[in-house]
Amino acid sequence: MSFLQGYGFVGLLMLVALALAALFILLPCLLTRLRVIPRKPSPIKTDIYECGLETQGKTWVQFNFRYYFYALVFVVFDVETIFLYPWAVAFNKLGLFALIEMLIFIAILVVGFVYAWRKRVLEWK
Amino acid sequence: MGTVITFWALAVASVVAALAVVFLRDVFRAALFLLASFIAVAGIFLLLSADFLAAIQVLIYVGAIGVLIVFAIMLTREVKRGNPWGRMRFLAAIAGALLLVTIVLAVVNTAGWPGGTPPPPQATTEPLAMRLFDLETGFVLPFEIASVLLLAAVIGAIVLVRER
Amino acid sequence: MILKRLLDWLAGYWPEWAAYVVVGLVGIMVLIAFFLTMIMVVIWLERKLIGRFQVRWGPNRAGPWGILQPIADAIKVLTKEDIVPDRADKWVHLLAPVVAFVPPLLIFAVIPFQPDAILADLNIGILYVVAVGSIAVVGAFMAGWGSSNKYSLISAMRVAAQMVSYEVPLVLSIIGVILVVGSLSMMDIVNRQSLPFFLMQPLGFLVFFLAAAAEVNRSPFDLLEAESEIIAGYHVEYSGMKFALFYLGEYGHALAASALVTALFLGGGKFPWGALPPSFIWFLAKMVLVFCVLFWIRSTLPRLRVDQFTGFAWKFLFPMSLINIFLVGTELWWAKEMGWSLFPWPFLFLNWAIAGMLVLVWPKLFQLGVGRVEV
Repeated sequence: MSFLQGYGFVGLLMLVALALAALFILLPCLLTRLRVIPRKPSPIKTDIYECGLETQGKTWVQFNFRYYFYALVFVVFDVETIFLYPWAVAFNKLGLFALIEMLIFIAILVVGFVYAWRKRVLEWK
Repeated sequence: MGTVITFWALAVASVVAALAVVFLRDVFRAALFLLASFIAVAGIFLLLSADFLAAIQVLIYVGAIGVLIVFAIMLTREVKRGNPWGRMRFLAAIAGALLLVTIVLAVVNTAGWPGGTPPPPQATTEPLAMRLFDLETGFVLPFEIASVLLLAAVIGAIVLVRER
Repeated sequence: MILKRLLDWLAGYWPEWAAYVVVGLVGIMVLIAFFLTMIMVVIWLERKLIGRFQVRWGPNRAGPWGILQPIADAIKVLTKEDIVPDRADKWVHLLAPVVAFVPPLLIFAVIPFQPDAILADLNIGILYVVAVGSIAVVGAFMAGWGSSNKYSLISAMRVAAQMVSYEVPLVLSIIGVILVVGSLSMMDIVNRQSLPFFLMQPLGFLVFFLAAAAEVNRSPFDLLEAESEIIAGYHVEYSGMKFALFYLGEYGHALAASALVTALFLGGGKFPWGALPPSFIWFLAKMVLVFCVLFWIRSTLPRLRVDQFTGFAWKFLFPMSLINIFLVGTELWWAKEMGWSLFPWPFLFLNWAIAGMLVLVWPKLFQLGVGRVEV
């Protein structure tokens, strides 16, 4: 099976999956037209559901900035894993030198990790 | 034939999504179109037989940068209205247009556009690793320096978010 | 491969592109039928098992042993009124279920059920899975944002925090497997497992299993839909088939995760003796077994809090996955130096000893979640 043939199947699967999802959403529309599915909207029904209380204020709330911090650290370590994947694939050919190389690479990043731990920024406060 | 159709579909999709990012007022929708544009570009990478790069594109840009952008949106104030129109926008438009023309000219004139037969499809991951990590031919030092850059990013993030 | 042979046969009669599209569609139809059926089976099994765990019967009215319950549910959900909140961002609200549903299905393209039953054996198989799986979080976020419901938005933030924390250990624990296999293709990974990798790298298996359980939002990691805190999470404002799409996506993701655990660490469709049942039966059996362990964990452990949840990922799973990589790397290098072709048994015991010790000792280094927290 050639290179693009495999990805062609994946692309085809994506199209079919999108079509299936569209079908799942459009089918109830058709059934609504046929009066199988009821459709009786009212202001209260189409209001935001917050356990029976009327919703107050804006939906937007100030979120904990820690979410953003975790995302930043996540991006850094995600980039690190990108280097690890080709390294792992070719490891059997590369040998000891590559192992030490990667050890240094990770050690430098672990310094950042330990720093974060010691500065207690990994706690969620 | 199939690849040509796919290429044009992906190219148009990515450009349209990119234009939507620029022109939509709603920042959240703009972010979503940015992600769509990233995915289309990943598809173009696949057509160029760069499968590893395509996966990285989705993993880093859609999975990681996308989440980062969304979190950043959570910290902005007027999401639905976006930026107010500034007085400088005509100047900005001219500067942007000039930059675009320069980049396009540079790309068209320098690339040489070899239109030869495509390279035989093969696994790209291992040759990539050999180029990166091999003792004689690899880019060992740049790779190690990359880790210092990432370390700086981590420490910068910590310093930025610490209270006090 | 079955698809390849079908393709060659059809291409003799039809133009090549038509044969290709038809063969692809046949494979995809089989895959999707399998996907939907498995989800129905698993939903029934889960309700039945959770029922027994909680000392009640579970569904037992629709059909013998309640076996028609998923079908009854499907009909019910199909005939529900579609309610869209007035204040919702209509387009984002509409597209969110689609984005949540498609990625789990795409993962199944590379699941190696049997050497000849895999839709596309991609070169970058496992990396493809990781990349596609990371898109699903966008769907959850679109739902949370598009509903303009406070609870939905909080839930969406939690989904993203969850993904951000657990993606790194998940991806890192796979590296141990790739080190041994030397390829990213799912088929190669299964073929190289003369010894299932969970025996060889218990630490990597543990990290992968826990991180995967967290990524698919199974409890105790289901704080994004903690009913007691935020109603039902990011799909509060959804009803009818849109809700069903989220539900399918969620179970599809959980199924994909158990299929991955099977393929990466439990030897895929391989079995220790004989060749009587075809290997995809073994694959399915292992997959369902992994899923049942997830039910078991779900019905045993209480839900975590956000701080405990992220702390567990960063302080336990992340260091463990790094240690696993270097343990496996060093051992592989050593084995190669000594000229051993197979993975030697002493290393196996060593790995189990180290894993056991770390699991016992490492948690003493930190405390999860002390005091009051704000989310």
